[in-house]
Amino acid sequence: MMNLQIKTAPAGHIKEARFSPYENNGGTVLAVAGKDYCVVAGDTRMSEGYSILSRDVAKLYQLNNTSILASSGMHADMVTLRKSLDYKIEQYRHRHHKEMMTPAIAQMLSNTLYFKRFFPYYTFNVLAGLDENGAGVVYGYDAIGSFESIPYCVTGTGSSLITSVLDNQVAFKTQMKNKAELSFDEVVDLVKDCMTAAGERDIFTGDSVDIAVITKDGIKYEKFALKKD
Amino acid sequence: MFRNIYDTDVTTFSPAGRLHQVEYAMEAVKQGSAAVGVASKEYVVIASLKRSSGDLASYQQKVFQLDKHVGMASSGLISDARLLGQWMRNECMNHRFVYNSGIITQRLVTKVADKCQALTIKDTWRPYGVGLLVAGYDETGAHLFQTEPSGIYLEFKAHAIGARAQSAKTYLEKHFATFDDLSFDDLIRHALEALKAASPNKLTSRNVTLGFVGKDKEFTIIEGDDVRPYVFQVTQADDEDENEEDKKKDIFKRPEEQKTETEQTGSNEDNMSTD
Repeated sequence: MMNLQIKTAPAGHIKEARFSPYENNGGTVLAVAGKDYCVVAGDTRMSEGYSILSRDVAKLYQLNNTSILASSGMHADMVTLRKSLDYKIEQYRHRHHKEMMTPAIAQMLSNTLYFKRFFPYYTFNVLAGLDENGAGVVYGYDAIGSFESIPYCVTGTGSSLITSVLDNQVAFKTQMKNKAELSFDEVVDLVKDCMTAAGERDIFTGDSVDIAVITKDGIKYEKFALKKD
Repeated sequence: MFRNIYDTDVTTFSPAGRLHQVEYAMEAVKQGSAAVGVASKEYVVIASLKRSSGDLASYQQKVFQLDKHVGMASSGLISDARLLGQWMRNECMNHRFVYNSGIITQRLVTKVADKCQALTIKDTWRPYGVGLLVAGYDETGAHLFQTEPSGIYLEFKAHAIGARAQSAKTYLEKHFATFDDLSFDDLIRHALEALKAASPNKLTSRNVTLGFVGKDKEFTIIEGDDVRPYVFQVTQADDEDENEEDKKKDIFKRPEEQKTETEQTGSNEDNMSTD
């Protein structure tokens, strides 16, 4: 639905109706890079304003056997961005006779986003996968393609609720405890807890969570329920 | 007698109503090494002979994957085949982007044929010198098409193009009636038998490329060691059994006695632009 903001003016003056091409469909996505795996999660609620449009729309998109693009923001732009990336990854496959690796996709995604610098894709992306050595790798983006490789990334309406928790529990930045390597199960449990916490306070996050785990053996999916309020 | 004055331009008809340049382009296809295609109701298999200029050189790629559900084998000017292949891949991807589904094989082939036809009308361009066997599986089933430099395309149950294609076609004519309900493995065997008929030398894992697509199979290319078991089925001999002399031979050297049969032999054996 169009986003029309009609400004009424004092009598005798011109009224202005402004069309905005952007709409935030809400939701939260995050990814955590492990030693030889990546955990990606995204809720499945799609909203518009204070209404829920759907309780089961995926924010995670598998680009190939080793990479997942998780995005929040405007759904229409997310879909088109995915199609655009699919096309380029297929082209790469034909030309180079091999699958595109996550670091290469990362750079390509950045270029794709910056290409629309003056009419951006309203998407806040997190790209997750494995690097050339098989280690988990996560890239966080802004809407116009600025990106970096980081141990974990959260974007979306619930990002501020979760980021601080991960700072504390994954990077140990805010506690005196010795930095410990989290085990795979600990990471998954932490991710579930974080999404649940975000679902409690952020009205745009809820319904259910898609969790994907990327390893050299492929990608496995899991879904778990969140509150529907 | 008339050929000489009416055959320099694509855009000139001969008094007999023929476009000689287009026919010459089709000759280029006939000089390429053989490619064979067979189709059942659910699968299409294409097989091609690989040619190399010598033991030190690699083989030219003749079988291309165009999309998950379509692929092709080519015969003739292999550089034309490569470019057409790239263009076709682009068309397939564009279709997928716009319609979120794979392009129907016949639609793709029509586009290529239209592209070929356009060059039979231009006066500063030459026609493509390559024939394609396009194999695809879509919601209308399994299909095998042939395209020609003239822009004509036809659908086939089984077909062969390139050098000595007639021998392959003779084999296929005998067996094609059974193809519809054949199993996938039997279909491969027939394709390779037909290829064997068109091959001047023994079939080995080094000179055969296999491509197939079908009901539960994405378009896949098999060559090298992977194709050995299939070739073995048909030749009943392992590569190791080849005598040393055969191994050293140029894979595509016509036996001496065949040279006198055609007047156009010339130096075609050394013409590596066709394959």
